[in-house]
Amino acid sequence: MSQAIPPSPAVAGMSPGRSIAAWWQALPLSLVFLLFFLVPLALVLMVSFWDYNQYELIPGFTFKSYIAVFEGCGSGDEICTTFKTYLSTLKFSALVWLITLLVGFTVSYFLAFCVRSSGTQTLLFVLCTIPFWTSNVIRMVSWVPLLGRNGLVNQALVGAGLVHQPVEWMLFSDFSVVLAFVHLYTMFMIVPIFNSMMRIDRSLIEAASDAGASAMQTLWNVIIPLCRTGIIIGSIFVITIVMGDFVTIGVMGGQQIASVGKIIQVQASYLQFPLAAANAIILLAIVLMIIWALTRLVDIRKEL
Amino acid sequence: MSTDSKDVLTTAAPVQRRTLLKGTAGILAAGVFPAVHSSEPIVLRYLGTAVNQDKEIAEKFKADTGGKVVIQYVAVTTDDVLKRAITSPNSFDLLDSEYFQLRNLVPTGNLKGIDTKRIKNADKITSVFTTGKVAGKTIGDQGTAPKKVIFLEGEKSKTFASSPTQYMSLIPTTYNADTLGIRPDLIKRPISSWAELLNPEFKGKASILNIPSIGIMDAAMVVEAMGIYKYPDKGNMTKKEIDLTIKTLIEAKKQGQFRSLWKDFNESVNLMASGEVVIQSMWSPAVTAVRTKGIACTFQPLKEGYRSWASGFGMPSTLTGAKLDGAYEFINWFLDGWAGAYLNRQGYYSAVLETAKSKMEAYEWAYWMEGKPAAKDIKSPHGDLLAKAGETRDGGSYEQRMGAVACWNALMDENVYMVQKWNEFVAA
Repeated sequence: MSQAIPPSPAVAGMSPGRSIAAWWQALPLSLVFLLFFLVPLALVLMVSFWDYNQYELIPGFTFKSYIAVFEGCGSGDEICTTFKTYLSTLKFSALVWLITLLVGFTVSYFLAFCVRSSGTQTLLFVLCTIPFWTSNVIRMVSWVPLLGRNGLVNQALVGAGLVHQPVEWMLFSDFSVVLAFVHLYTMFMIVPIFNSMMRIDRSLIEAASDAGASAMQTLWNVIIPLCRTGIIIGSIFVITIVMGDFVTIGVMGGQQIASVGKIIQVQASYLQFPLAAANAIILLAIVLMIIWALTRLVDIRKEL
Repeated sequence: MSTDSKDVLTTAAPVQRRTLLKGTAGILAAGVFPAVHSSEPIVLRYLGTAVNQDKEIAEKFKADTGGKVVIQYVAVTTDDVLKRAITSPNSFDLLDSEYFQLRNLVPTGNLKGIDTKRIKNADKITSVFTTGKVAGKTIGDQGTAPKKVIFLEGEKSKTFASSPTQYMSLIPTTYNADTLGIRPDLIKRPISSWAELLNPEFKGKASILNIPSIGIMDAAMVVEAMGIYKYPDKGNMTKKEIDLTIKTLIEAKKQGQFRSLWKDFNESVNLMASGEVVIQSMWSPAVTAVRTKGIACTFQPLKEGYRSWASGFGMPSTLTGAKLDGAYEFINWFLDGWAGAYLNRQGYYSAVLETAKSKMEAYEWAYWMEGKPAAKDIKSPHGDLLAKAGETRDGGSYEQRMGAVACWNALMDENVYMVQKWNEFVAA
């Protein structure tokens, strides 16, 4: 909704003096960005081409680490560890993305359009942040007494006579991993989508209804297109977090489900930095491709 | 924002800040800083795992030595101890590392040989470390047994000495013999072999630890106990042997044998206490933690023997002057008995047994070290009840437990390959 935003003062006064000041003002952030993001990233890229032994890095230029990452891929009857791990990580990303999108969109819709008073809106919005009042690890660990073999849910199920044996697939499984992710990251969908929805001009919805559109038609043709930015930003948050995660998958998957992040962590802790760096570069490339594809769907800079 | 308010902000704020800075500098220059400087104690940055870094040990040391030397703990995980020691050897003054890590650490030259002439109780260090014997009997030395890596050729040596010398790589602090932990109330039958870990009877109720270099040793004990293969040296497998071991683990995993794997000490406690797992690799303090919750848990002695580990103090090669003297003072204090008794009461073993004995009650020594029934209730140093009167320690006496060690935590020559295969197991 670019036409709704008044032209910013910086763009309005483009005198040469101002422009130098603007460069100076941009400098601190650029320096931070350069020092703490670009330089480390360049180092990771450099190290991924180095050689190593048990205890030291050997500067050089070799593709050894990249070859090691894909060792056994393309031969043999079973798919290799790397592909299997990426597939599993991608599967989680897709599932979590879909569920958080549906849940996040519904919650945002309710907050933005069904709740009338702004006081209630704020209150309910704060309620959504309650899961973030405790640490990430505690939130994950507290699923164990709930879903475990002797957990609350199983006790209730057995007590109600619904099952005879405690249900085992609820914990340390794909199910529990997705559940924990959804619990942790739905908020990252709610915030940007809610933000987009609040900026929709209400008269557009009235106009749609005056023109005879059904509720579904309004949702599909008016609200969703206008929320695109929020949806894409939320999706980028969720997908990048899930792609790089190793703590949640580790704890909720009973350390038995592989993730790319976990492999990198194990390699780094065993001083196999070039291997870890190579894996990190590959992961980064894949995540960047996903983000690139997402930003093709909507021009975030124009829409913000 | 109007230009006026901008001007106010840009002029007023820096002036205030500058005055404040000047003021602070003035206070510092006026003599507070030199006063602090003159009475400043020597601070030793102690790098190690949290399990060994007891607040009470640091406090007792400070009290005993008048506060001239103080300990500042830097707590990281086992793997990170090695990583820090190799990548930033100037970030600590005292290292608490495991012996198996020395095979990566000593060749870097980051460690200084510790002069045993400056260690008062050096000749009283137990024979487990120096000759690999317990009560005159040679114990299992597969893997990185301390006797293989404890002596260095000189103070600035990057190689291990094959016979005792004046210089030690690490001065031993604690060690123990690890085995499987079980829930006797849920298993309801005697367990006597490592092979039980992969027994289909415990399908979905077993766990193994997800720290590759230790997990592979537990797996090797299981493979041998099942009669699949006998390793020439479990602690230094060939690629083929690693393949075989991991294959066995993957098959079990695909059958649903493991409920979970664990990486963190607390995870193993939760798995056991909640009953999710009834048999798993475990560490002694984790068994203690489950028991203090009032839940039955046995650190089960097994006929194939124990997997042992040991840790000790090392010094970075750059340590000199007052800090070096401080480090020697701390190590000497550590071996002097109080710390040893403190560790023994937690179920570990101390490196110098006789000094520790002098600081323990006779009934405590009888329970922890001689395998005798407890004459009184046994309490941890923090006052938790560990065993009621009449109970005996799992595995019995020091000689019975340490004498039955089969192998040691190890770093293999094929470590890179092993970690890669271990990742395959986790992904399978």
